[in-house]
Amino acid sequence: MAQDVTIFITDRKGVTHEVQAPVDMNMNVMEVIRAFELAEEGTIGVCGGMAMCASCQCYVLNDVPLPEKGDDEEAMLSEAFYVKSNSRLGCQIPITEELEGLELELAPEN
Amino acid sequence: MITTDILIIGAGPTGLFTVFEAGLLKLRCHLIDALPQVGGQCSEIYPKKPIYDIPAYPEILAGDLTDKLMEQIKQFEPGFTLGERAEIIEKQDDDTFFVTTNKGTKHHAKIVAIAGGLGSFEPRKPPIPNIANFEDKGVEYIIRDPEFYRNKKVVISGGGDSALDWAIFLTDVASSVTLIHRRNEFRGALDSVDKVQELKDAGKIRMITPAEVKEIIGTDKVTGVAIIQKGEAPFTIETDHFIPLFGLSPKLGPIANWGLEIEKNAIKVNNALDYQTNIPGIYAIGDVNTYPGKLKLILCGFHEATLMCQSVYQRINPGKKYVLKYTTVSGVDGFDGTRKEAEKAVVKSID
Repeated sequence: MAQDVTIFITDRKGVTHEVQAPVDMNMNVMEVIRAFELAEEGTIGVCGGMAMCASCQCYVLNDVPLPEKGDDEEAMLSEAFYVKSNSRLGCQIPITEELEGLELELAPEN
Repeated sequence: MITTDILIIGAGPTGLFTVFEAGLLKLRCHLIDALPQVGGQCSEIYPKKPIYDIPAYPEILAGDLTDKLMEQIKQFEPGFTLGERAEIIEKQDDDTFFVTTNKGTKHHAKIVAIAGGLGSFEPRKPPIPNIANFEDKGVEYIIRDPEFYRNKKVVISGGGDSALDWAIFLTDVASSVTLIHRRNEFRGALDSVDKVQELKDAGKIRMITPAEVKEIIGTDKVTGVAIIQKGEAPFTIETDHFIPLFGLSPKLGPIANWGLEIEKNAIKVNNALDYQTNIPGIYAIGDVNTYPGKLKLILCGFHEATLMCQSVYQRINPGKKYVLKYTTVSGVDGFDGTRKEAEKAVVKSID
């Protein structure tokens, strides 16, 4: 049985939540945020996880190594608002053991 | 005034399939959608993406699903009010409803079925501090009539299909077209990108990349925009219009103020029976509703639409006895006079 990883997610109200994200459920960061209801339904994962809406934009706050951005994610982030150099789309980050200790902050609603 | 039995708000897959199930019960439907085309998210967000959980379709593109639903319902002659958002609902003494759109189109229906998905799609507005002061004074988020830009200076911002396509189109209309995007790469159909390249080389489109509009300039209308381009000192350019095209995002919108019970941005319905809301005569089906165990899947929307239509039939025809008929047995009689039916078996003796 794979271990859960601990991720720290700061919601849009500024509250930080420590969540245990399962690595064996084929989930991504956006889905974890929805599963733990850290953002209101309808304001996150609007496109379902196709990197087509940027509603799951997060800022990465520490240097836990993440998979490289794909073309879709780069393109979407170039059209999203409130983008910073540490912006990522939560739906494009699968939950793996390497994410242990990751700190994220949800970007404002676009 | 448009009159119908069931007024469906939202022309996505659930709304479209409702027309079929209602038609089998001889009920007529009219659909309102804020988007200019049918299909909802399937057309607007991901027409070219495959769906794998539509029963009997191992794989179908979202755009094709929309086309097939339109084909399936056409004999029931649905009416459409497209490009308009349902704004006001008024329940009448006889339990019917008036629904008026943002453009003033009035509808009168016995039943209202909200199949609004995540809500109506509204343009995403870039967070430029003074942009709100210039809306409809030179800032437009949607191009309604290209002629509006005849011989005008136009600045378009965005990096997707609509920014590219409108930049191309307006070169023949506007006196000048400038396209601003945050990076050098564009996400669009390959021939659109090539065409923009061609027009840029021919001097017909001015490209400013990687850059962003930071401020609108003008007093009572737009006269220019302030731009920050990577590696350059901030500068301004003159323009009559600024058109930010950053796609659309869904908002529940006016429906939220219709007195319906809302939970988690969705409408609470009675899933034990018929998907009716707290207001009798108003139903909510598909992604827009919520109940214990709700799944936002197209196939669940189809099921909800089917059960709702039975309830609607009883409401419109109180006391009438009804027995479920299979389409294979009874065929499909369209309002347009067509009939689909199973081929008769041949009865013939064999010598």
